[in-house]
Amino acid sequence: MNIFQAFRLALKSIIANKMRSVLTMLGMIIGVGSVIMIMGLMQGVTNYFLESFAEMGINMLTVTVSSTGTRSVSEEEMFAITEENADIFEGVSPTVTSSFTLKNGSTSISSTVTGVSETYQNMNHLELSQGRFINYADIVNRQANCVVGTYIIKELFENNNVLGETISVDGESFTIVGIVEETADGEEGSADDCFYAAYTKIARKSFTGSIKNYTFAAHDSDMVEEAETILDNFLYEKFKDEDLYSISTLTALLEEVDSMTSVLGAVLGGIAGISLLVAGIGIMNIMLVSVTERTQEIGIRKSLGAKRKDILCQFIIEAGSISALGGLIGIIMGASLVIYLGSQFGVNASPTINSIIMSFSISVAIGIIFGYMPARKAAKLNPIDALRSD
Amino acid sequence: MEQTMQEQPLTPLIELVDLYKIYQVGDEEVRANDGINLKIWKGEFVAIVGKSGSGKTTTMNIIGALDVPTSGKYILDGIDVSHMKDDQLAEVRNKMIGFVFQQYHLLPKLSVVENIELPLLYAGVKKKQRRERALAALEQVGIQNKWNNYPKQLSGGQQQRVSIARALAGDPSLILADEPTGALDSKTSTDVLEFLKKLHQEGNTIVLITHDNTVAMKAERVIGIFDGKIIFDGTAEEYEQFNHNHS
Repeated sequence: MNIFQAFRLALKSIIANKMRSVLTMLGMIIGVGSVIMIMGLMQGVTNYFLESFAEMGINMLTVTVSSTGTRSVSEEEMFAITEENADIFEGVSPTVTSSFTLKNGSTSISSTVTGVSETYQNMNHLELSQGRFINYADIVNRQANCVVGTYIIKELFENNNVLGETISVDGESFTIVGIVEETADGEEGSADDCFYAAYTKIARKSFTGSIKNYTFAAHDSDMVEEAETILDNFLYEKFKDEDLYSISTLTALLEEVDSMTSVLGAVLGGIAGISLLVAGIGIMNIMLVSVTERTQEIGIRKSLGAKRKDILCQFIIEAGSISALGGLIGIIMGASLVIYLGSQFGVNASPTINSIIMSFSISVAIGIIFGYMPARKAAKLNPIDALRSD
Repeated sequence: MEQTMQEQPLTPLIELVDLYKIYQVGDEEVRANDGINLKIWKGEFVAIVGKSGSGKTTTMNIIGALDVPTSGKYILDGIDVSHMKDDQLAEVRNKMIGFVFQQYHLLPKLSVVENIELPLLYAGVKKKQRRERALAALEQVGIQNKWNNYPKQLSGGQQQRVSIARALAGDPSLILADEPTGALDSKTSTDVLEFLKKLHQEGNTIVLITHDNTVAMKAERVIGIFDGKIIFDGTAEEYEQFNHNHS
């Protein structure tokens, strides 16, 4: 009795008892399907977070300082430390954010205005669709020039041809010199809801005094930690007090998200694992019924010379095949659901190869493990008793 | 074939020595086989006859290597089968015994030819050879055109022929037929018995188990069993006389 023969017999038996086979497989289908779906969606969500962070810049560090009368740090010092460590830092931009009312004629909106330096564009990989970014001259001269996103334009102007037009910021006219390329469909609060101007201008306009916020960019996300150490050492030297400054990076947040999704994945995966266990018990149940029903068949086979291992093999393969078939259907259904749900939620989710391989092998293993007990029962049947059962 | 019958070997094909099979039913001890001594030679056509409860089925189970005796010896073709384990018995059944059952015992989900292939499958015969031998056996019983049918598409007589073909396929030393006509009408019964006779003439050893005296008479030699003991051993003609005297 070879494996292939046993497999063929198993398939025949599955087809012959369609209804029962489907019901048996249902548990496996749902179990495997949910494993595939959960792992695929988790992967999708994690990727989504990673991508958003990458857009926000995982190589960025934000420094906030609270200068006191005696202890402070100047922009020049910040520029200097960046230049000293040019192998780590790509650049630095002081950032001054403040809320203002933006007005064109009678239309007005309230928005956050960000004062930046000329390095800000490259550091943040901002693409312009028209015009130029804030330049050094704007900063030195505290020029009332601005670079805006499409949301602001849509809200304040009738058309898109706005280069050279002016926007009134709390009564002072700013000339639009550049437009940021649309990346988020021009929605409120998105990357397209932005207004950049020279930090010197905004700092004065909002009476900030000395600059409190700086955005640093490392060359690579791997260098963020090193950059943090350099800044920490430098700022501690300046302030002698850790509470007067703070350095925040997205890496920490990223790790947080990563561990959160993996915990969530483990919990959901555990629940799916329990459903696989239940599926296995269902298979065992049906196989036990099947052995009882087919006592006579077993007797005939034994009388014709089937050994224990032949019968054992036959029933284990049958259980394994039902389970594997259920697993395959589960994989197909889970995978389709992942892709469908992913597209519905706008998450780029796809079934992971790992989860497919894992759940398929688990389903086969469960079939074999839970099929073993009934198969052994069948193999041990006495041929005389088995033949006589009608 | 005649030759093999003449040069009768010294050892019988089947030898039962002081065979006991004792079942414990509650407090009671049932002696299904109560000291059976029997020799069957190669090429014989033997009917073991007895009423229900006589112990003939137990004897058949032991001869068929489906069961082992409580005590005593069963020697099949020189091999002591009496103390064999499950898997060893399976091998003996597979290699040496062809069963023909009352209820045919064909597997309904396998085609005729697949049913006949079963003993060959368990003997580890290769697929192509298996098919050839199964078809040859089917030809021997004269229904080779039904090879691809399923058992339920055949008449009772045809199904019994398939089961005989299955018994023949493994080329066994012994064909053991348990009430082979029990489920058939009288005409088909006669056909099947004639066919067994023919197989016997071709040199096969056949042991037929039955409760029916008229069926038993078709055999060359009749062994009567009553209460677990052999009460008669002789030719069919002698058995007729024996029955006449006892009725």
